[in-house]
Amino acid sequence: MNTASATALTPAPPAAQYRLAGDLAIWIFILAELLAFGVFFSAYAFTRAHHVELFDAEQRALHRDVGALNTALLLTASYFVVRAVQAAERFAARASSHWLLGAMVCGAGFIVLKLFEYGAAFDQGVSLSSSPFHMFYLSLTFFHFMHVILGMVILAALWFGARAGRYQPGDMNGMETGAAYWHMVDLVWLILFPLVYVIH
Amino acid sequence: MHGSAARATLLWLVLVAATLLTWAVGERGSAGPHVAALLAVVSCVKGGMVILDFMVLRHAPPMWRALTLGWLVLTWALIGLAYWNGMPT
Repeated sequence: MNTASATALTPAPPAAQYRLAGDLAIWIFILAELLAFGVFFSAYAFTRAHHVELFDAEQRALHRDVGALNTALLLTASYFVVRAVQAAERFAARASSHWLLGAMVCGAGFIVLKLFEYGAAFDQGVSLSSSPFHMFYLSLTFFHFMHVILGMVILAALWFGARAGRYQPGDMNGMETGAAYWHMVDLVWLILFPLVYVIH
Repeated sequence: MHGSAARATLLWLVLVAATLLTWAVGERGSAGPHVAALLAVVSCVKGGMVILDFMVLRHAPPMWRALTLGWLVLTWALIGLAYWNGMPT
């Protein structure tokens, strides 16, 4: 028997083995969000191609330390959310709520650092109209910032739900839906940070 | 379904370490197409970990994996094309 026929005879895994974690609606929403961010990132990159020296000079003035720390905070929040889901899956509602609280603390840390960063930028005269780079820097990061705010509201809702013991094996849809949204907020930042703060 | 706690912890450590690498490259002020390509690959690997493990798309219908991973690669491909366009001739 040759390899091709062996492959053809191997049964495909049954479709029932596949499962999307969370509500289908949130995944369609996530795809729309990813597309919007993708268009923004591409617009930034193609605009930079026409103003390379300006973009590179103004990028150097950004607070890369704060950007990196914020990346670590979002990743840590995502990790805590994963642990919260895992805890709920083993009936550990209390532990799950503690992990979610940890994720919210990280999210709050991100917000505080971002506000500090915006404050410092505004003090230096950065505005939407001060340069093409500043326009993209402010609009891209603020668009993402709004998603972090919504993510925090969702994490708070999950936290209340976890404390009430609402999530357990067989009834995880709500928590998985909220978790998927938070991970999306993390995912787009993983492109935004190197693109806007580092690559030149 | 959501993997083990140990695996999640390992992934988190790798993700944070990769972030430190990106930060260090930025602090050194390294530039050029090779550095940009390295940072794009690091971002793709990190994004892939979040998509497959944290978002649990590893166990999702293949179409959802293709859409999300495809978005990640396509976005970086467009950024790469723009970067190439902006290089001095």
